[in-house]
Amino acid sequence: MQGLDFSIVPEYWPLIGKGLWWTVVISMASAVLSVIAGIGFALLVLYASPVVRYPLRLFMWLFMGTPLLLQLFLIYFGLVQIGIDIPAIWSGIIGLSLHFAVYNADIFRAGIASLDKGQTEAARSLGFGAWRTRFYIVVPQAVRNTVPAIGNMMIALLKESSIVSMIGIAELVHSAQLVISETYRPFEFYLTAAALYYILNLVLEAVLRGIERKVELSR
Amino acid sequence: MNDVRPMIEVRGARKFFGPLEVLKGIDFSVARGQIVAVIGPSGSGKSTLLRSINHLETLDGGEVWLDGVQVNQKLDRRAFERHINRVRQQMGMVFQHFNLFPHLSVLENITIAPIKLKGMPKAEARTLALKMLDKVGLADKIDAFPARLSGGQKQRVAIARALAMQPKVMLFDEATSALDPELVDEVNLVMKQLAAEHMTMVIVTHEMRFAAEVADRVIFMADGAVVEEGKPEDLFRNPTQERTRGFLKKFLNG
Repeated sequence: MQGLDFSIVPEYWPLIGKGLWWTVVISMASAVLSVIAGIGFALLVLYASPVVRYPLRLFMWLFMGTPLLLQLFLIYFGLVQIGIDIPAIWSGIIGLSLHFAVYNADIFRAGIASLDKGQTEAARSLGFGAWRTRFYIVVPQAVRNTVPAIGNMMIALLKESSIVSMIGIAELVHSAQLVISETYRPFEFYLTAAALYYILNLVLEAVLRGIERKVELSR
Repeated sequence: MNDVRPMIEVRGARKFFGPLEVLKGIDFSVARGQIVAVIGPSGSGKSTLLRSINHLETLDGGEVWLDGVQVNQKLDRRAFERHINRVRQQMGMVFQHFNLFPHLSVLENITIAPIKLKGMPKAEARTLALKMLDKVGLADKIDAFPARLSGGQKQRVAIARALAMQPKVMLFDEATSALDPELVDEVNLVMKQLAAEHMTMVIVTHEMRFAAEVADRVIFMADGAVVEEGKPEDLFRNPTQERTRGFLKKFLNG
């Protein structure tokens, strides 16, 4: 039996650190894109013409009903077959973004639907058109009201980003695996990776709490 | 010629909610600078009538005109959207539940429409907002958020917001009905002040005393029709219709 020995971790820090960096980059890019696309999807599902609305709903339903891993495989390995070759890193970001955009869209849609219709009426009565009303009045309020729910999705996104290791992206889990294949010390390095995810989440939660407080101030 | 043209004219307004006819062919007009109060029991259609003037309710029949322009004219969807947005900029609307934008400060609530819709520079819009807030006695609240205001203050900001678009008419939809009794006066005071400045106003209200004080003409509605209209001193003291007498009696006793 081999005892635990964390003293070898620092030696592999350059590789682990690089993995950590990519986890942060991919998660942040996907978080931003998934929120923007989520708002876009929510608006289209609520207000676009049926020609757009129904195919989008079908697409969203399919994305909710299938695993992220499969979606990543389809984007990275599958699309090549029809001539669309997307680099792994972009496949990962696109897959994560779309997967979470669909959930975010559902949250935003509910947030928009729960707004008092007096808000829309007040804006329309001032002379704002339908889309300007949504842009200046409806969406900003829906976003504010859904900060906690969206924040939870972003915490999930950060953790789920580990799945992109399966298409060969050297993020945190993948880096840990590389190191483990060299050192045969899974426990130390998986634990190190877990601790780093935990720290990232603490930071993310602090940021989210800051945003929530700021939103609270303007209520 | 311009002076005799009514500011608001409603002709044969009809509206259905499902099978229920809530407006049964209403005709009325408001002259420039005139103040009309609309009274009547709940469900009489008075709010629907007011909301149809700026097309928050779509009439099923009849016409609405603002200063010689038909509000509910037949246009294709896009053209109508442009048309109605232009028309609504000329009508200020004040709601029972204020409907201030909670994510915007008092200043932004007032300036968002002039800035975004009229392209007014921010500095100019701020000056305008201060002027309007001064009018409603709330200049010190310019940076507050709506949640920090009392009901009466919210409604005064809502009035300032509507005034900032420099509308030709002001429409009040039970502006004081949601307020605690002690906050009603401060809002009524602002409305009286507007009346003194000869703003054209249509006021849907439950407050007979206020209607009598401020209105040039009172319209009594019941069951989607105008039962009686006249000068407040006539309508309140010597109503000619049994229905009006019944309504007023209940109100004065209640």
